[in-house]
Amino acid sequence: MGSNLSVNYTEVIAMILFVTGFANLLLQKNLIKKIIGFNIMDSSIYLFLAVKGYITGRTVPIVVDNVTSVEAYINPIPAGLVLTGIVVSVSVSALMLSLTIRLYRRYQTLNLDEISTRLKREGM
Amino acid sequence: MSRRKTDEEYSKTRAYRFFKWLKGEKDYTPSETKMDMSLLIPIADASTTVERMQDKQIAKERAYDEHSNRLLKFFNRMYRIVAVMFCIIFGALLIYNVSYLPKVGAVDRPTNNEVPARYIEKGIEETGAVNIVTGMILDYRAFDTFGESNVLFVATITVLILLRINKDRSRLSPVLSEDDPGAGDSIYEPKDDLILQTVAKFLVPIIMVFGIYVILNGHLSPGGGFSGGAVIGAGLILYVNAFGFEKTEEFFTEKTYKWISFGALTTYCLCKAYSFFCGANHLDSHIPLGTPGAILSSGLILILNICVGMVVACTMYTFYVMFRKGDF
Amino acid sequence: MDMVRNIPFFSIMLAMFSGPVCSVLPGKAARVVNAAVITFIMGMSAVLVCILNISGESFVYMMGHFPAPWGNEIRAGVLEAWMAMFFCVVMLLSVLGGIKKLFDEVVESKHNLYYVLVGLMLSSLLALVYTNDLFTAYVFVEINTISACGLIMIRENGRTIEAAVRYMVMSLIGSAMILLGICMLYDITGHLLMSNIKESVAAMTAGGNYPEPLLFTIALMSVGLAIKCALFPFHAWLPDAYGYSTVSSAAILSSLVSKGYIFLLIKIIYRVIGFEIYGDSGVIDVLFFFGLAGMIFGSVSAIRENDIRRMIAYSSVAQIGYIFMGIGMGTEFGMVASIFHMLSHASTKSLLFISAIGLTDVSDGSRRFEPLTGSAYRNKTAGLAFAVGSLSMVGVPLFSGFISKLLFAEAAVSLRYRMIPVLVVLGISTILNAIYFMKTVIRIYTPVENDSYPHVYLKDVPLYSVVLVAFVTLNVILGVLSDPIVELIRKGLAMFS
Repeated sequence: MGSNLSVNYTEVIAMILFVTGFANLLLQKNLIKKIIGFNIMDSSIYLFLAVKGYITGRTVPIVVDNVTSVEAYINPIPAGLVLTGIVVSVSVSALMLSLTIRLYRRYQTLNLDEISTRLKREGM
Repeated sequence: MSRRKTDEEYSKTRAYRFFKWLKGEKDYTPSETKMDMSLLIPIADASTTVERMQDKQIAKERAYDEHSNRLLKFFNRMYRIVAVMFCIIFGALLIYNVSYLPKVGAVDRPTNNEVPARYIEKGIEETGAVNIVTGMILDYRAFDTFGESNVLFVATITVLILLRINKDRSRLSPVLSEDDPGAGDSIYEPKDDLILQTVAKFLVPIIMVFGIYVILNGHLSPGGGFSGGAVIGAGLILYVNAFGFEKTEEFFTEKTYKWISFGALTTYCLCKAYSFFCGANHLDSHIPLGTPGAILSSGLILILNICVGMVVACTMYTFYVMFRKGDF
Repeated sequence: MDMVRNIPFFSIMLAMFSGPVCSVLPGKAARVVNAAVITFIMGMSAVLVCILNISGESFVYMMGHFPAPWGNEIRAGVLEAWMAMFFCVVMLLSVLGGIKKLFDEVVESKHNLYYVLVGLMLSSLLALVYTNDLFTAYVFVEINTISACGLIMIRENGRTIEAAVRYMVMSLIGSAMILLGICMLYDITGHLLMSNIKESVAAMTAGGNYPEPLLFTIALMSVGLAIKCALFPFHAWLPDAYGYSTVSSAAILSSLVSKGYIFLLIKIIYRVIGFEIYGDSGVIDVLFFFGLAGMIFGSVSAIRENDIRRMIAYSSVAQIGYIFMGIGMGTEFGMVASIFHMLSHASTKSLLFISAIGLTDVSDGSRRFEPLTGSAYRNKTAGLAFAVGSLSMVGVPLFSGFISKLLFAEAAVSLRYRMIPVLVVLGISTILNAIYFMKTVIRIYTPVENDSYPHVYLKDVPLYSVVLVAFVTLNVILGVLSDPIVELIRKGLAMFS
């Protein structure tokens, strides 16, 4: 076990959330819960990424009073990457939810296994 | 020639039977031998065929039904146990890995190299934006943001494919009727609720103004096209919920959506293409950067923020309308 | 030379621009715009291939006013330009071949949305081919995933929507793993541009810093991309998605979508991690093993199928196994064989899907094998095309499949421990392929006595027949003129890293 476990506690929490979301996405039978699991997983990755930019004692990267020295601001790159990632996560959630609505309208169930069994029985 | 045996005796010998077999005559009478078999399974007539098909159907159902198929039950339980163990091991590996990563919050991490140094030191003079993160995503790394707007666009297209109810009654399009279980929300209009309408009359203009402020100030303070667009989208959704679809259709129809998103995305695409083309061929793009701190500064960033804000607002409203009703 | 340098940028921008344009046009205009855009990009890429072949070096293109680590950049070499041109050819032929079925199966008002998805899929493939930045690659991987989901479910019956849900669940797991890998790699190297990361990784391995995170990152990114390509244990969504969607979607999905991800994996191996370091980690053995398992398992599942399109879909699982076996060999020659097999599979699989739809159309729409008996006599072009595709899959000389199997065997001979498994599994899988493909070809060429189904002649479906002839020609060209193409691939791979 490496030495940075206690200092990187934010990242540890992010990894626990990641595995929680991952397990939900794989194992839950209800489609809405799968989507919630996917959202937890993605949010944990953004937490993991966002905390990489932090430097103790420095502030938000918005230039105030024309101070442009490196020692005054945190790293702006992870914040920009997280902005992109959040939009991707929203788009994919919207797509998955509309798929769920269509499936519910047709089969009146949110259980993916039951839908597959019904399709196999119909023998399409 | 003479035969020693009589006909009767000869007919019982093996030689007689052999020659008879050689000639191809049948060697038995039905009543005498044990080789005659009656048909054990009678040939099916129509009714039993139907019964057999039903049996097959019942057998198929039983195969997939968890309670009667023990093998399926065992497999499901084993699958869940193995899957949970796999997730736990995966989590342990990830935490083990995180303990070796560089320290959070330290100054001497590999990520604090010359790349963010230039963004911070020269950001304001090269992009003109006071907000360094906006300058980074809309000027330095603009291609990523362009890709991200397209992700939003393609997700909207797929939601439109799935949920838009077609006006043309062809044989392929699903038509929702009142007894359709999932159709409840799409048929009924929102009720005229007094509290909601009074609060909305007060709040919606404030939300809209706030959203426009956030979009326009993207390069000066925290904000930008995406967050501002989401705020405006929320305002539109509140308006629709309070006043109903008919009143909203006075200013926001499908044509509005189509042309706003087309116009905004095209403007975005052309601005970005111009910027990339000039940059790669080392041409000067002749776009003034203005004074940092003023609203009309930072070159193309303001226009891009406005385009992105409009697209995101329309997209949020479209998602809501598609989920709720299926058409504008 | 200067204007030519803009070609990759124009290709990506034009493909992306065709998205919003097609969304406001009606169906017929959208189809014309889409076909025009793909043809134009194909022409530009062909020009780029010729010029880069002559000059012999790759170039870097700044996207914006700022050079490498501070801004985005794309990079074009012979291999990238050639892959871009090839993707355009296959996409154009797939879209043209499936037009008639699109009219039958998709609602009229959503046709223009379909062409939006095809245009954005093409743009994401081009960006994955040309990009030199890891985070851009991730964003375009997401565009690829969402467009592929849209292509699957455009047909809107229960089977395709359920297949789309399964596809999205597996794909999202893969995407999350890729993003986690990219974040960790950014953490330990501090760069997002591929060339800079490679220098950092080399310095890190030489100095012995961060060995565990590096191994974990490599594993996460490789497994994430393998999940998205439907490598052996993760292929459950593939038969439903390819078997029930509309035919141009099936052709595009099977030929092009997985190839984009595999090309990204090859780029990561060569340009991000470095070939030697990647070979030293154990990840390449895992990919090799699953490639071998996929080759056998895919073919065995295909033999059991009773539905022609699901059979072809299972055969895709086997072919992806071939490509991963080639990558897993760990030599340069193995990579060349894999890339050639990517081209061969792309051209053959779309040919099989499009000709299969011609055969089922003359058998009353049924996909089971019983009604398909003798269908090659009812639709002669489709039958001939299906026979050519099957022979190529099995590996008969004159067609492209033979050359790729030959290249795999030649690559295997230079290995030490892995030669025997590769050759044995190659042989077994060829026999298995022959079983189900030849069975189908024999069945469609068995004459039926009282043939009550309608016959279809060349003049009834001119565009479809032209597309099939073009595919057959492409296959034969790859099979006969393979030497210059392999040389091109080798040259491109040399300037790739």
